[in-house]
Amino acid sequence: MSQLKRTPLSEVYKDYGGKTIDFGGWDLPVQFSSIKEEHEAVRTKAGLFDVSHMGEIEVKGTDSLKYLQKMMTNDISKLKNSGAQYTAMCYENGGTVDDLLVYKIEDDHYLLVVNASNIEKDFNWLQDHAEGNVELKNLSEDMAQLAIQGPLAEKVLQKLAGTNLSDIGFFKFQQDVDLNGKKALVSRTGYTGEDGFEVYCDAKDAVALWNEILEAGKEEGVLPCGLGARDTLRFEANLALYGQELSPEITPLEAGIGFAVKVNKEADFIGKEVLKNQKENGVPRKLAGIEMIDRGIPRHGYPVYKGEELIGEVTTGTQSPTLKKNIGLVLIKKEHAEPGTELEVEIRGKRLKAKIAATPFYKREKN
Amino acid sequence: MSTPKELRYSEEHEWVKTEDGKVRIGITHFAQSELGDIVFVELPEVGDELSANEPFGSVESVKTVSELYAPLSGKVVEVNEDLNDNPEFVNESPYEKAWMVVVEPSDLSEVESLMTAEQYEEMTNED
Repeated sequence: MSQLKRTPLSEVYKDYGGKTIDFGGWDLPVQFSSIKEEHEAVRTKAGLFDVSHMGEIEVKGTDSLKYLQKMMTNDISKLKNSGAQYTAMCYENGGTVDDLLVYKIEDDHYLLVVNASNIEKDFNWLQDHAEGNVELKNLSEDMAQLAIQGPLAEKVLQKLAGTNLSDIGFFKFQQDVDLNGKKALVSRTGYTGEDGFEVYCDAKDAVALWNEILEAGKEEGVLPCGLGARDTLRFEANLALYGQELSPEITPLEAGIGFAVKVNKEADFIGKEVLKNQKENGVPRKLAGIEMIDRGIPRHGYPVYKGEELIGEVTTGTQSPTLKKNIGLVLIKKEHAEPGTELEVEIRGKRLKAKIAATPFYKREKN
Repeated sequence: MSTPKELRYSEEHEWVKTEDGKVRIGITHFAQSELGDIVFVELPEVGDELSANEPFGSVESVKTVSELYAPLSGKVVEVNEDLNDNPEFVNESPYEKAWMVVVEPSDLSEVESLMTAEQYEEMTNED
């Protein structure tokens, strides 16, 4: 068996009761107290996640913008300094290499935040297509990332911060924010459907920051959270997970992230032809939400039927901790994706009734 | 960790309690704590036949599905319907409220081949 990769925080998991699993080759905590409790904490108070397994790739050089416009489906030219953007990166056939965040530090200087399981693949793909004055650097090993998420996230993180965090707008960031004497890049972004921040820091500061944030948030009821809750939270908020909703076989348009695909931007980008055609003439398959009518929980990979016809499969499913309903996301032939349509999910050999439901399953109330 | 002395245990983490020639079956404290929050329990129906070491139902946590394996062969005579609406009993009370089925064993002596509490504890400590 090969050695599992560890994050700089791996040494503290045990102190907080973390139960770790092999997550795509990483030894990561699936939960600390319980998935339901952690999920609830993020929806009502706040939770702290170790997401240091995510990858960070720096792009520098005078041709950076031109290059990123070619690589990304979103319009990177719309990004202002200290802004972040969600985008996809595609193959020529429209299938997805990865979904990622692009941070614009300043002109000719960007930071890409990519999925852990794709770091090497993405870096090679980016390197293979580099043109002109562009320099790529994989910073993943040296950086740690913590996410504090939930309605009380700002209040808690502010206790450590030397700058006014309310100045950081949604999908904006600040560099060199002082957090109890440690410097970090702090962005108002996340993967839970709640308000909150992602904190990028030097790997050597990660343990101290983790402990200090949890200590600062004791009063507010901040809990350390694992990947289990991260998955149920992002699922309720209809945020795609690479490997489930997105893959080399699934285009971003099929996965419902068309808002990150700008087929009308001036620059040509990899996959444009296929994606433009899909946007104009419709996608063959579509991601939709389902709610079970019969008793059963849909899970990743379960087949979906309409009558005798196999029309697709479940990409993610669970019992929603917020709604207490058995719900899922399915990638199916688009003609069956209308809300209210009844279909069947095959669960351990039995066909169980479900119906198409509106997504996102959960949306926070904005103040 | 609680492992009641009067019960017998299978390698698949079921407990078995002998009652007047029948056996009551559930999953252990160790199993529920490994699985996390249980949100769904699927059990057989009264009259179904179980075969030793074959799946007879499943429990689902938020994250995963785990099959239940029959610790012995026999006919189901009672099913705990309360678990349909209260799957959390499996976490809260694995040996009492969360019994799953009562079975009339084809051969009651099969119980003797299951692990004792000491043996089960030894096995789970090794994991």
